[in-house]
Amino acid sequence: MVECIPSLTNSNFKSMQLTVNGAPHSFEQKPNLFQLLEMLNLTGKRLAVERNGEIVPRSQFSETLLADGDQLEIVVAVGGG
Amino acid sequence: MDELVIAGKAYSSRLLIGTGKYKDFDETRRAVEESGAQIVTVAIRRTNIGQTAGEPSLLDAVPPSKYAYLPNTAGCYSADDAIRTLRLARELLDGHDLVKLEVLGDPKTLYPNVVETIKAAEILVKEGFKVMVYTSDDPIIAKQLENIGCVAVMPLASLIGSGMGILNPWNLQIIIDNAKVPVIVDAGVGTASDAAIVMELGCDGVLMNTAIAGAGNPVLMASAMKKAVQAGREAFLAGRMPKKLYSASPSSPTAGMIGK
Repeated sequence: MVECIPSLTNSNFKSMQLTVNGAPHSFEQKPNLFQLLEMLNLTGKRLAVERNGEIVPRSQFSETLLADGDQLEIVVAVGGG
Repeated sequence: MDELVIAGKAYSSRLLIGTGKYKDFDETRRAVEESGAQIVTVAIRRTNIGQTAGEPSLLDAVPPSKYAYLPNTAGCYSADDAIRTLRLARELLDGHDLVKLEVLGDPKTLYPNVVETIKAAEILVKEGFKVMVYTSDDPIIAKQLENIGCVAVMPLASLIGSGMGILNPWNLQIIIDNAKVPVIVDAGVGTASDAAIVMELGCDGVLMNTAIAGAGNPVLMASAMKKAVQAGREAFLAGRMPKKLYSASPSSPTAGMIGK
């Protein structure tokens, strides 16, 4: 499943592919991590993000520029044993 | 006061409970409250993309300000996945470093993979995590995990979710006798008497989820477990009478019988 999330337009920019929680997503613009979370309606939630196997501290979301092919894991705490 | 001390922090409750498998968050909240638990396990999972904002969350039902969250790696089958999961958990919970390490070896039995568990424990301890580790009831492995620097050793009483009770009290006894860190039985408890027996053996605590969440009335079972853990602990501290096949010593005086 490829979800196309329309956003801030940039005419010279080819779409960018990200894998978010195992699913492919395509973006028309190159978002930073904070913008990505906004587009996915995830701001304000208590979550943690791993980018290509490395933790991204919450304080660095806005300055983390995403690149084509990035693998992101976005997690929350849920009930469990 | 008789407290459970884990990694330098004291807890008055010796019952740790999981927050999974409840009907809804309200039932989770009531069961946790009734159990008196101060430490609750949580899982770390991918968030649903496209979820509606304002959806109820575990954090509202069981607030981390009120309970010590114990993020666990349940569902991980490799050291690498477990380590990544706990690094995410630490970031998610603002640097909270008390964690439950669990690496499974088989989806059918959920038996732990102790080789991967040891690998993960070594790395996590080096990274500053305070690791409470789920393991088999092998006394040698339990000691090895303690030597690596785990802050609590958590052997199974029987398989996760089985409710089969304590299948090998002798191994648990050896683990308890050898341990210098708290021994907390994790998995296998089915009902209140199991929890009491575990505590009577001299375990420092019990961790359970399904025994409460899978009961007919989870909130009432949470209350039963709280009492069972307290009763078992007190019985352990009191020291039980020796077992004898016969007693030559009746409870009432032998002297002063009428008609003699």
